[in-house]
Amino acid sequence: MSDDPKSDDHLALSDGGLFSTLQDAGRFGYQRFGISNSGAMDSFSMRLANALVGNPGDAAVVEMTLSGIAFTVAAPNCRIALAGATMPLAINGRPAQPHQAHDLVRGDTLTVGRAASGMRGYLAVAGGFDVAPVLGSVSTHTRSRIGGLDGGPLGAGAILLLKGAPSGPPLRLDAGQLPAAETRLRVVLGPQADAFTAKGIETFLTSTYRLSNRTDRMGCQLEGPEVEHAAGFNIVSDGIANGSIQIPGHGRPIILLADRQTTGGYPKIATVIGPDLRLLAQARPGDEIRFEAVDLAEAVRIAQAAAASLKEIIAGMEPVVFGAAALTSDRLLGLNLISGVTCAAQDPFSETGRT
Amino acid sequence: MNQSPTSPPRLLDAGDGGLVVEFGSDVDEAVNRRVVALDRALTEHPVQGVRETVPTYRSLLVLFDPLAIGRDALARHILALDHGEDDAAGGAHWRVPVRYGGEHGVDLEAVAKLHGLSTEELIAIHSGALYRVYMIGFAPGFAYLGGLPEAIHTSRRTDPRPKTPPRSVSIGGRQAAVSPPLEVPSGWHLLGQTPVRSYDPARAEPFLFAPGDTLGFYPVGADEYDDMLAAAQRGEVVAERLASNAEPRP
Repeated sequence: MSDDPKSDDHLALSDGGLFSTLQDAGRFGYQRFGISNSGAMDSFSMRLANALVGNPGDAAVVEMTLSGIAFTVAAPNCRIALAGATMPLAINGRPAQPHQAHDLVRGDTLTVGRAASGMRGYLAVAGGFDVAPVLGSVSTHTRSRIGGLDGGPLGAGAILLLKGAPSGPPLRLDAGQLPAAETRLRVVLGPQADAFTAKGIETFLTSTYRLSNRTDRMGCQLEGPEVEHAAGFNIVSDGIANGSIQIPGHGRPIILLADRQTTGGYPKIATVIGPDLRLLAQARPGDEIRFEAVDLAEAVRIAQAAAASLKEIIAGMEPVVFGAAALTSDRLLGLNLISGVTCAAQDPFSETGRT
Repeated sequence: MNQSPTSPPRLLDAGDGGLVVEFGSDVDEAVNRRVVALDRALTEHPVQGVRETVPTYRSLLVLFDPLAIGRDALARHILALDHGEDDAAGGAHWRVPVRYGGEHGVDLEAVAKLHGLSTEELIAIHSGALYRVYMIGFAPGFAYLGGLPEAIHTSRRTDPRPKTPPRSVSIGGRQAAVSPPLEVPSGWHLLGQTPVRSYDPARAEPFLFAPGDTLGFYPVGADEYDDMLAAAQRGEVVAERLASNAEPRP
């Protein structure tokens, strides 16, 4: 890596936003040692952002919470894309189109603003970030101070090293294909549904809950009707899956997420199914949610359909067609002059260029 | 209730990608031995589609990709691999140095007084026992230990501390624990501090203890503690490891 003459190519952050971290698909194999999986809260959006810039779906991305990052490009060129929450994007102060990849050159500034809707935005860069994985993953787990840059959130002054340059044309996706936001979360009851009365389970499945301010990557504390335990609320600690819904003594559900504690001693009434975790990742404090029980076979059918839908959206991505409005002559000149090199792979007008 | 040593485990769904294999509901060595045995069997005979396994006191959480393996096929594999309790020789035995009392273990005197013991007697009882690692959880490398002698079982503190010193050696109820080099919240009683770093992501071996391992403590003086602490910070393991715990001594 150190032999690479371009190894200091980077994005120089001037703003880290409210809480932005590097995340990939997560860290697996270490929950047995007390290390949470972490990983992108909305892996669907992580995969879309990566696909738009031609990366493998689980390459590390910047996960931004409610407000975005700002940076200056310190590399000859780079290509970025944003997915997830609807966050306004500006390049050199000018609004840029969402749902598509953008090519930037040295000195360009990019600003991701405050989310108009949704909670978490994902910024991918072609070729990915040059960050050494810790225990097999780049994902940041702030509580154990591992992953990302020094285990913490990204702040002003952070340097995100790049590896590799864009190849092929920048892509866009048809926003009409994106699934709508949902307030209904589908769950599989258990593993400790028998720790609750029939009335408690009915309360859980028929009530409207609201996300409290105690909502982060570890979990969501909900506000709403109390769920009745059958007998006590202490169990001998066991393992916790992503999406587990535990009910402590106060009776209000807590949904445990990517950065959850690995083991816990409260009974878990149900588990949010994998494909619906992205909905929760995009819900804000104050938003209402409801739970709907599905059986395991239905949950697997939903997971299969979600995987097929993601694949279809990615397959349907098309090269960006630049019109006069999308690309000013200033920028066009900039692309050619500042990058210093023009080849088919970097030509924004080429739909077929490949290195 | 805990199942008998031969009865099949309960299989409980934890969503579309999790299966809890539950051998009992209490803290019980026989139950934990079955958890560890199944976990080792799944490590030796990996099942396609399983992402990871999480052994705890009384159950094994199996996390899997529901698009790669069906729950029922996974359950069949698991039940075929469940052959009873673990082999004691399958784990390691650790000798862990402890600097007891003072700033290293602020509760040592209070706990001794509570049980009508001198601090020397308390140290002798705590360091004279053989412990079993039941589970690693709560925080990276935090080891829950069974085997605390009944004479020093101690109810947890009524006011948990939001922060405890890194590498604390503590007791709570019928259990003992070793903290990682992190300041974790805890309601347990702090008897001492070990120079050993049970978790160090920069070390070739990031984690030392595993469920099924056995562990004993021994007291060290100030100079020895400081030397070991410096060595541990350089990446040395410091704790003495015996390859097998077939015939462990405290």
